[in-house]
Amino acid sequence: MDMFLLEAAINGLLLAGVLALLTLGLNLIFGVIDVVWIAYADLVMCGMYAVYWLFAVFGWPLPLAFAASVVGVAALGVIVHLLIIAPILSSAPINQLLATGGLLYFLQSFATLLFTTDFRNIGVRLPIIEIGGIYISYSRLLAFAVALVGATALYLFLKRTYIGTAIRAIAQDREIIGLMGVDQRRIYLVTSAIGGALAGLGACLLALQYDVHPFIGNTFGPLIFMICVLGGLGNMIGGFIAAFIISQIIAIGGYYFSTELSYVLAFMLFIVLMFVRPQGIVRR
Amino acid sequence: MGSIAGLGVLIALPLVTPAYFLHLLIQILLWGFIYTAWSTMGRFGLVSLGHGAFMGVGAYVPALLWNYFDVTPWLGIPLGIVLSALLGVIIGYPCFRLKVVGHYFALVTLALGQVVLLSIVAARDITGGSLGMTPRSIGRSWYALQFPDKAYFYVIALVVWLGGLLVWRWIDRGIGREALEAISDDEEAAAAVGIDVTREKLRVTVISAALTALGGALFGQYLMYLNPESVSGIGVSLQIVFAAIAGGMYAMLGPTVGALLTIALTEGLRVWFGANFVGAANAIYGILLILFVVFMPRGILGWLEMARRPRAATAPAE
Repeated sequence: MDMFLLEAAINGLLLAGVLALLTLGLNLIFGVIDVVWIAYADLVMCGMYAVYWLFAVFGWPLPLAFAASVVGVAALGVIVHLLIIAPILSSAPINQLLATGGLLYFLQSFATLLFTTDFRNIGVRLPIIEIGGIYISYSRLLAFAVALVGATALYLFLKRTYIGTAIRAIAQDREIIGLMGVDQRRIYLVTSAIGGALAGLGACLLALQYDVHPFIGNTFGPLIFMICVLGGLGNMIGGFIAAFIISQIIAIGGYYFSTELSYVLAFMLFIVLMFVRPQGIVRR
Repeated sequence: MGSIAGLGVLIALPLVTPAYFLHLLIQILLWGFIYTAWSTMGRFGLVSLGHGAFMGVGAYVPALLWNYFDVTPWLGIPLGIVLSALLGVIIGYPCFRLKVVGHYFALVTLALGQVVLLSIVAARDITGGSLGMTPRSIGRSWYALQFPDKAYFYVIALVVWLGGLLVWRWIDRGIGREALEAISDDEEAAAAVGIDVTREKLRVTVISAALTALGGALFGQYLMYLNPESVSGIGVSLQIVFAAIAGGMYAMLGPTVGALLTIALTEGLRVWFGANFVGAANAIYGILLILFVVFMPRGILGWLEMARRPRAATAPAE
């Protein structure tokens, strides 16, 4: 078998970890609050800037900068929920989508205003590992491992804790939950915070691999939406599987054609699948 | 009477305005036209986040044909419009047949915008990729639709904008409008009373795609520079949605008011703060978009109308 193809496939697999993590956050928010946060990828951008400034400019230790990014974006998630989502919870879904679209516009432009359009790199160069002629970047491997740990932690949280159970219950039946004595507003806040924290964690992992600039959200934002919808909005396992399928299409398509064409392929697949299976590839 | 007087003023304007203001007016008219085009479907609940796709096809097809095959834009632009309309059918027909609505429809159109954007970037050997492209300039020529003199483009933009308003009015007065409003209220019920839901939706989608393509083509001809991000990027697609909503997509002049507002805001902030604050205008757009959606979903003109006529308060979008 072609070594380079294998390398592309493995890199695709590693990319899938981070995408799956972000999809989890988006899915959680969709499943529980029933709102599509179109600006989710831009929260990730904020987290990447946080890491850049704290670590590369102010000289904080990297783990501390990472922790600050996770906490900061989680707080941002709560703020977004309180200021934008909560007032329009009962209006049409499309209006909610447009309001978070406004947030996307705002965050990107505000970042341009503050940081200009320069590409910034945190300057951490992790080594590249060679295994039997295949080169794998250590940062991707690390990102993959952390993404899996994060996903597992989320799973345990949802399964084992009281509030996790309440979150799952809301995702299943919004109407009845009030009767069970659960404070819906509190659950929404916790969910927004977790969604934000996952975006912050994703930001740390992406900051190791990519330069940050105000429009970085546009490069993978549509992608995580697509993965989310493909997996079935609100369906976490489906999202996980879809993340791996899409990353493989992009990695292997990128190997045979070009990166842009592989994205085109992935988006076209998304459009077609929306027609064929609008409920997602995995049955709930 | 008032509208005739207004038109007279608009026609006389290039005689008295300095070039800078003429440039702004052209932009307002062309964007107003594109926002109107978006609203012909947006007002019926078909919210597209991918109108950049139609702009991109409309702008790139004539420019590529001109640069590589010497085909006059008089043929290239109609071809771009036809291809764009075809794209509208390819995306619209399955969506409407299979009842892909609401935010699912929005996400499909978002993906469509990405497909066109990335295809233009991927074909960098002929389109120049992210660096953009310049239509080959031959000086003032009707054949090439190139005019270094802004007054020509002002007249073209004015005519096209008026045409857009006429199309709006034609839809507004036609029988299709009631069918479409019924559909956006309740699709199942509309189908039950014998409305051909797919056909009605497809009709406005094709009209909207075709007009948007024309707008994109004229922008290319006017600016003499095309860039995938600035015709097909997510930013453009969202800007279209924002301005149409801000101005009011349910009133004929609403989208134009949106164009006036956004361009006045951009230019005002640019003059005020200088070029260092490129992001300021867009950041304010973003905040306004959120505020509009939360507090004023019918837009400025819609809000004014509603204040005048309380009866019209039954908004289809709510």
